[in-house]
Amino acid sequence: MIVCRLVCVLCLSLCLAAETPTGESILNKVDENNYADTRIAVSEMVIHLARNTRTVRAKSWVKGSDKSFTEFLYPPRDKGTKMLKLGDELWTYVPSTDRTIKISGHMLRQSVMGSDLSYEDMMEDHKLIDQYSAAVAGEDTVLGRQCWVVELTAKAPDVSYHSRKIWVDKERYVPLRENRYAKSGKLLKTTEVKSVSLRQGRWIADRVSFKDALKSGAGTEFILDSLRLNVPIPDYIFSKAALKK
Amino acid sequence: MLGFLAKGLLRDRSRSLFPLLTVAIGVTLVVFMDSYLRGATDAMFAATASFVCGHLRVTTRAYAKAGTDATNELALLGVDSILGELHRDFPEVTWTLRTRFGGLIDVPDSTGETRVQSPAAGLAIDLSPGSPERKILRLEQSLASGRLPSAPGEVLLSDDFARRLGLRIGDRLTLISSTMNGSMATYNFILSGTVRFGVSAMDRGAILADIKDIQQALDMPDAADAVFGFLPGTGYDDKLAMRLAAQYNAGRDTTDQYAPTMETMRVASGLGSMFDLIGAATGLIVFIFIVAMAVVLWNAGLMGSLRRYGEIGVRLAIGESKPAVYRSLLAEAFLIGLAGSIVGTLAGLGISLYLQEVGINISGMMPNATVVIDDVLRARITPASVYVGFVPGLLATFFGAAISGLGVYKRQTAMLAKELGS
Repeated sequence: MIVCRLVCVLCLSLCLAAETPTGESILNKVDENNYADTRIAVSEMVIHLARNTRTVRAKSWVKGSDKSFTEFLYPPRDKGTKMLKLGDELWTYVPSTDRTIKISGHMLRQSVMGSDLSYEDMMEDHKLIDQYSAAVAGEDTVLGRQCWVVELTAKAPDVSYHSRKIWVDKERYVPLRENRYAKSGKLLKTTEVKSVSLRQGRWIADRVSFKDALKSGAGTEFILDSLRLNVPIPDYIFSKAALKK
Repeated sequence: MLGFLAKGLLRDRSRSLFPLLTVAIGVTLVVFMDSYLRGATDAMFAATASFVCGHLRVTTRAYAKAGTDATNELALLGVDSILGELHRDFPEVTWTLRTRFGGLIDVPDSTGETRVQSPAAGLAIDLSPGSPERKILRLEQSLASGRLPSAPGEVLLSDDFARRLGLRIGDRLTLISSTMNGSMATYNFILSGTVRFGVSAMDRGAILADIKDIQQALDMPDAADAVFGFLPGTGYDDKLAMRLAAQYNAGRDTTDQYAPTMETMRVASGLGSMFDLIGAATGLIVFIFIVAMAVVLWNAGLMGSLRRYGEIGVRLAIGESKPAVYRSLLAEAFLIGLAGSIVGTLAGLGISLYLQEVGINISGMMPNATVVIDDVLRARITPASVYVGFVPGLLATFFGAAISGLGVYKRQTAMLAKELGS
């Protein structure tokens, strides 16, 4: 009798284990859903500062994981400010000073337009699977959706966040919640998806709340207005000359 | 009587020279130490007031609470009306707007690309002609090259910093900093002049810009980190500052962290304990001096008494009373103390006067100092310098003689003839 029970428990465990995907397979599906050859997006950041709230609007062009170009459209003070990322390098152009300045070193950790996102965050277009090893830590419910809780650990030391914990929608493979940590284990940033929509056959988070744990204020809300995937983008967009145009 | 004793002291130098030298040296040290301490602390407090917090500082409560970690995010808003209110309610105080900022100075090459970059500590002040800041920061005297800014967009750089960046007067430079909302800010300036403050912490890498330019550059319209107040006269008066701060803060909202609050230099600079320490230091020096001198002079008196053992015996034997002998010893001590104190005070004042005019350059001792203090430490002679050593000099001699002279009352004359014979 006891032996029968043990065999049953063992079989049940094996069945459950077989249903749980590996961390890597979850990450692959997340990347697959998220990654496109090219993207053109118009988005807004509603930045809830300690004393006021400001809205920044931008249009961005992205090609692969190495090239991106962003132009700020609003507010008037920041209109015309542009950012260009080529590989690991980032430049910004401010029309009022007519200067193209390379953002490097500690400046990469500075906030973009006062938001809870840093330049490093903005530069993050690499696939997660290339940067992190993953392990499934459990299951949870976020936004009423069943999620895998996956713990990520950086494969290389030069990654912005040493470890992450993500809650991935079991069905749509969209990360709905995320905690990002420093090597010391200190929580640096949290993201919380507020809504997800189906665009061009993919589930895309179109309203995300970012919170820099080291910053005062009530966080930054990222709102995706329009998104076009896999459309041709001319190469001149991703050049320093385009910054001054 | 005093004349008779003075003659005795002059003719028998072994009785007077050592105590006189001891008193004179001690008094010299006290006068010098007191003047030097006053000068050094004055310099530190003056530099702190000029660069760090004024004699009075109005900031938001959050800025005051954050101390040295305070950022522009916590700046005062509506500074024009705050400034107007301060001018109306405290007309005797000079009020000025200040904003500290940090960032990078980026120098472009001929194509507009970055030629050189370096971190800088910035100070935004009212640089307009006729501004009290020009006097407070001694800008005209500190100017090393070029001229003070006279148009929007012109800045001053510390001279060493400008040289390090290879900048010349009229060159363009870009400030890369953060707005008070935390976003990146860039702003072009023209270098109009270079300054040398004589304060290492400032001379390493400082940029001085007009407050209006910085309000525009850092997206701080009608905002500033703080309003600095400078009391009338040259020095800091803690009691007056505390009274004015209490008057300003009375009845203000203490729950709103962005409401303005006024602090005295003692509080805002975090140097409160140093204020107390320095106040106590002079008293401590004088106390130690009196005790040490009294012990030395007591010892000298004892040795003198031993040497004058026979003389005192004879004086008692011929009928002079013990109190009379004791009084004459005290009178002698008074004369020695008086002479020693006069000599010591004059010598101390002389050395202090030299250090007041010339000073000691300590910049080599603090190449990486972050403390805002003048590189040249000077003594400062005050009316107190005249008596700070003089009175203790007299007292120490008197106490020394009073203790050692008690031996007169134990002197017996029964064996005098035998003693004199041997």
